[in-house]
Amino acid sequence: MRARFLWLGLGLLLASALFLTLGARGDWGFVLMLRGTRLLALLVVGAAMAVATVLFQTLSGNRILTPSVMGFDALFVLLQTMLAVTLGGFGLASLPAQIRFGLELALLLAAALALFGTLLGQSRPDLHRMILTGLIFGVLFRSLAGFLQRLIDPNDFAIVQSAAFARFNAIPADLLALSTVLTLAALGAAWSLRHRLDVMALGRDHAVSLGVDHRRTLLLALVVVAVLVSVSTALVGPVTFFGLLVAALAQLVLRDHRHAVLLPGAALVAGIVLVAGQTLVERVFHLSITLAVAVEFAGGLLFLALVLRSPAR
Amino acid sequence: MIEIRQVSHRIGGTPILSDIDVTIPKGGITALIGPNGAGKSTLLGLVARLERLQAGRIAVDGLDVARTPTDRLARTLAILRQDGTVAARLTVRDLVGFGRYPHHKGWPGPADRDAVEEALEAFDLAPLGTRFVDTLSGGQRQRAMVAMTYAQGTDYILLDEPLNNLDLAHARALMQRLRGMADRHGRTIVVVLHEVNYAAHYADRIIGLRDGRIAAQGPAPEVLTEPTLSSLFGSPVRLGRVGEHTVVLHHA
Ligand SMILES: Nc1ncnc2c1ncn2[C@@H]1O[C@H](COP(=O)(O)OP(=O)(O)OP(=O)(O)O)[C@@H](O)[C@H]1O
Ligand SMILES: [Mg+2]
Repeated sequence: MRARFLWLGLGLLLASALFLTLGARGDWGFVLMLRGTRLLALLVVGAAMAVATVLFQTLSGNRILTPSVMGFDALFVLLQTMLAVTLGGFGLASLPAQIRFGLELALLLAAALALFGTLLGQSRPDLHRMILTGLIFGVLFRSLAGFLQRLIDPNDFAIVQSAAFARFNAIPADLLALSTVLTLAALGAAWSLRHRLDVMALGRDHAVSLGVDHRRTLLLALVVVAVLVSVSTALVGPVTFFGLLVAALAQLVLRDHRHAVLLPGAALVAGIVLVAGQTLVERVFHLSITLAVAVEFAGGLLFLALVLRSPAR
Repeated sequence: MIEIRQVSHRIGGTPILSDIDVTIPKGGITALIGPNGAGKSTLLGLVARLERLQAGRIAVDGLDVARTPTDRLARTLAILRQDGTVAARLTVRDLVGFGRYPHHKGWPGPADRDAVEEALEAFDLAPLGTRFVDTLSGGQRQRAMVAMTYAQGTDYILLDEPLNNLDLAHARALMQRLRGMADRHGRTIVVVLHEVNYAAHYADRIIGLRDGRIAAQGPAPEVLTEPTLSSLFGSPVRLGRVGEHTVVLHHA
């Protein structure tokens, strides 16, 4: 186990070193500064999506559902759009990005708790119903957001549009500091829940009889998921299958059920995939393909494989 | 002592349990019997706070199950559910290890590890310790689930059809172990049984449930009579004797 972590850590270090230095010319201080910021952003986004996915899979008790599959990030984009419309109406379109993000986050928290809290709180959640609900939510949120975006003022639209599509090349720097702090706090909270999450993974009845306050833990973990999804969606837009991909990879590599292993493992794998992937895209393919598309493609294939293979538990 | 006072339960408007009022004394084995759909699992689920109590009051060892913090109850009461599946993919040893969670909260010590090994030993699972639960046979899986409940080491144990899938040797071994836990350690065990012969031989007391009501209760010999059993199950039952044992004939 330790050895596998060591390898993952080394992998991430190597990828980061390549990302920072490959093809760098001119003023090193400037290059490192610029690339360092982007590296940090990639790491934050990767950890956020990976941990959010592992948490959500534990809460829903299966390996196919992820926050994105359930329309969590689509909901964020919808709220973002709605907020832009409302704020634009009040002539507040030029609100600082951080405040705007704070509002979006608060909205997502409320909506996510209302929606997913009830869905996951049932004593025996029905997987088929959950997947269907999630797909319907996802489509609904996306089309509502698209509809709103067509209605709004072009100035507001510019703000929202950048958020509605996944991109790893241009991560908004103004949100990075706030996002990093929020992500660290959320990761800390997830880490403190790790033992309870192990028990939650057994299912509701087992968790209750083993003395875990199921409802409380569920809500806490959902708050963490909502924060992480907000951060990653605000930074890179909605990426449907990335979380699924890295969570599955982490399970494959680590083969352990404990969240003390899974959470950091998935975050490491996510960092490696994003940083190495972005290095490849920028230095080898010279931006002729985008990482978002590549990741979605691989993750989408994996999703299909999982759906077709699993006994749909 | 488990006190169940005026408990009624409805699901979607249909009454499942009506005015259940029983006291299960501390120590000994109480068998819960009755036809399919009588409400046995629902009653156990209510006692183990897995279902929300709608009407009435239940206290286990003086702890009100609706008010006591769930982690406190987990050190007093363990339950094996009838459909004991686990969502996660675990090895048998890890699964049984979860039984110790109420005591170590994620930081298992040597005592917890010993308890797990003892539980594995007790249910003949030692050779299967590293196997994944979803690769086990039905009876092996049932024993793993029972071992997890056993490892919890509580004074009160609720078992919903623990003999499901067990062969006759393992079924007998399990009942003998329960008997030993009750006799030597003063544990209070409530066990749902369909095979009345096990109740006849191992239970101190029997509660018969039918249509969500208590149809019979008392010391085992008082409840195990031809008329009581026949009307409880709505099917003719005869009693016979083999040596010193009462045998319930219900299959022919
Ligand atoms: N979720 C539910 N929705 C509707 N009816 C339910 C539900 N759960 C239980 N019931 C009904 O409640 C009644 C009691 O169920 P319960 O599982 O307690 O029976 P049981 O005595 O354990 O039966 P068995 O011997 O078959 O295990 C049954 O008629 C059952 O159909
Ligand atoms: Mg039952």
